[in-house]
Amino acid sequence: MREVVRLEEVRKVYLMGEERVEALKGVSFSVGEGEFVAIMGASGSGKSTCMNTLGCLDTPTSGRYLLEGTEVGTLSHNELAEIRNRRLGFVFQGFNLLPRTTARENVELPLVYGRVPAAQRRERALQALARVGLSGREGHYSNQLSGGQQQRVAIARALVNEPAIILADEPTGNLDTRTTVEIMALFQELNRQGITIIMVTHEPDVAAFTTRHIVFRDGAIVSDLANPAPVRAVPKTEAA
Amino acid sequence: MTTLLQSLLIALRALRVNKMRALLTMLGIIIGIAAVIAMVAIGAGASKMISDQISSIGSNLLLVLPGSITSGGMRSGSGAIITLTYDDAKAIKAECPSVGQAAPTVRGSGPVVYGNQNWTTVINGVTPEMLLVREWPIESGRNLLQSDVDGAAKNCLIGQTVAENLFGSADPIGKIIRIRKIPFTVIGLLAHKGQTPQGQDQDDVIYVPISTAQRKLLGSQFPNSVGAIMIQAKSAEVLSKAEEEVTELLKQRHRVGPTREIDFTVRNLTEILAVSEQSSKVMSMLLGAVASISLVVGGIGIMNIMLVSVTERTREIGIRVAIGAKRRDIMLQFLTEAVLLTTLGGIVGILVGIAGAALVANLVGWPTLVSINTVAIAFAFSAGVGVFFGFYPARKAAALNPIDALRYE
Ligand SMILES: Nc1ncnc2c1ncn2[C@@H]1O[C@H](COP(=O)(O)OP(=O)(O)OP(=O)(O)O)[C@@H](O)[C@H]1O
Ligand SMILES: [Mg+2]
Repeated sequence: MREVVRLEEVRKVYLMGEERVEALKGVSFSVGEGEFVAIMGASGSGKSTCMNTLGCLDTPTSGRYLLEGTEVGTLSHNELAEIRNRRLGFVFQGFNLLPRTTARENVELPLVYGRVPAAQRRERALQALARVGLSGREGHYSNQLSGGQQQRVAIARALVNEPAIILADEPTGNLDTRTTVEIMALFQELNRQGITIIMVTHEPDVAAFTTRHIVFRDGAIVSDLANPAPVRAVPKTEAA
Repeated sequence: MTTLLQSLLIALRALRVNKMRALLTMLGIIIGIAAVIAMVAIGAGASKMISDQISSIGSNLLLVLPGSITSGGMRSGSGAIITLTYDDAKAIKAECPSVGQAAPTVRGSGPVVYGNQNWTTVINGVTPEMLLVREWPIESGRNLLQSDVDGAAKNCLIGQTVAENLFGSADPIGKIIRIRKIPFTVIGLLAHKGQTPQGQDQDDVIYVPISTAQRKLLGSQFPNSVGAIMIQAKSAEVLSKAEEEVTELLKQRHRVGPTREIDFTVRNLTEILAVSEQSSKVMSMLLGAVASISLVVGGIGIMNIMLVSVTERTREIGIRVAIGAKRRDIMLQFLTEAVLLTTLGGIVGILVGIAGAALVANLVGWPTLVSINTVAIAFAFSAGVGVFFGFYPARKAAALNPIDALRYE
């Protein structure tokens, strides 16, 4: 199994005046291609900090981070931006989409920054929207979509550049149970198609849909177990 | 180029969302640019009027007057001591190498009558050279001839104002008019000249041969004396040289020495007039400078609103950075927005300014002049204001830490 992500003794220290907050205290793990990982742990345990590091939005205070074999710590701002653009896809908890912008335009955004020509952008955005079951909604503005649909658009946007990994920080945090199951079903489907997914969640019910559980406590990993029998997410009705 | 176009689209959308705010922000620029355009137009109109008037007097001119300047700056003795003569004028023309023409003149005024029309005007006794010195074309008829001067002919040239008042629209050439009751034949009509910078109507004039004026019209007790000599130098370069030559020659001819004071004054007309032109230019620059202060104020408004916009859109910036926007993309986006605001404001301001200048020209009757140059500079300036005042907010947006930006709600 090809290694996509590798963290080695990653530390992150925030300095708040005199006070040192150690958000990550030497975290090491690696994720192979096609895994579907849930990162869990109490609030303030360092999950988001770890995700931001994986997402090249933040650099570790010490330790190494390799993304598909590339040492990320030495890269410039622009190179990091390119990695985020081409090899990573992000889904956040909420407020994912740009306001007053259509679904299609939101999905096209990574392609805009990737300097993809307009005609090709449009076609790829429509394909990505079809993949998340939103064909026909491409002209809707963000505020005309339900919470679940907004997350689907965000996932389509994360997919559109065929990234190595999708990183999702509590993607179902703002959703009700039914919609959560729908989104998890979508993630499972994408994972079956071979996409590596790392997601943060508070809820064991949500983690049960994934293939591996990494649990954080106080900035360190306390358990890292495979989930050999993930629950299959079955949405009650078709996409609402 | 894709991203520039994209930034433009994003910026247009951002402006559309906050139409009222965009308009109010632009208002500062609109007022600033409009004020600059209108002020410069008024200033340029004024200085063009003055320079037109100056060139209507003639170019490279010296004026020699009898009497000397006392320390108080007043000319003394004029009228009483008649010191300049027709022979002085001839000598200047003949002996000063830098002098092109020398035209002696005597001056008076009096009533002129044609039929039942009656008009009081300036009567100048001149030689044919006067029209050359003044660079004054004849509209119809002919100039005075040397033979008119030699024979003290009763012929005259009349200015447009005189022609209008005596003849209306009828052709004056060949008609007999009475100047101070003496009949004269109108042989020429002078072209339109307009006002002097001092506001005198140059067309309100009659030219007669100098000899006729001296002997028959003005009745001077010194038959050979003249009131002034107008001199045209051969070129602008030799103007001050001509001034020296004339002064030297007249000193000799008038035997100025230890026992005799200088009894004439040489004035450089072109220089005096250039000063008034200069001061009107300074005036228009001053107006422009005052107006551009409002432009700076408008720019500060832009900066203010852009800072607000950056703060409001912190989350948006975070999302853009997370999906691969580089710092320069974010920078370009906000700079484009600022420049779009100011250039839109600039275009509207230019239109308002032109309209304002036209209004001033119509209502107050001041001449105004909007040049392509001013418009181009104003447009470039409005864009420059956008870049200058948009730079700091844009840099602030680009420097946002993506994590802080994503946490922001
Ligand atoms: N920018 C920052 N400056 C200072 N301290 C920070 C910063 N970001 C995170 N921290 C601290 O680092 C620790 C880990 O934060 P993190 O956001 O990773 O927690 P989390 O596991 O995602 O929590 P939650 O489940 O509530 O989202 C916390 O103690 C937090 O206060
Ligand atoms: Mg978190």
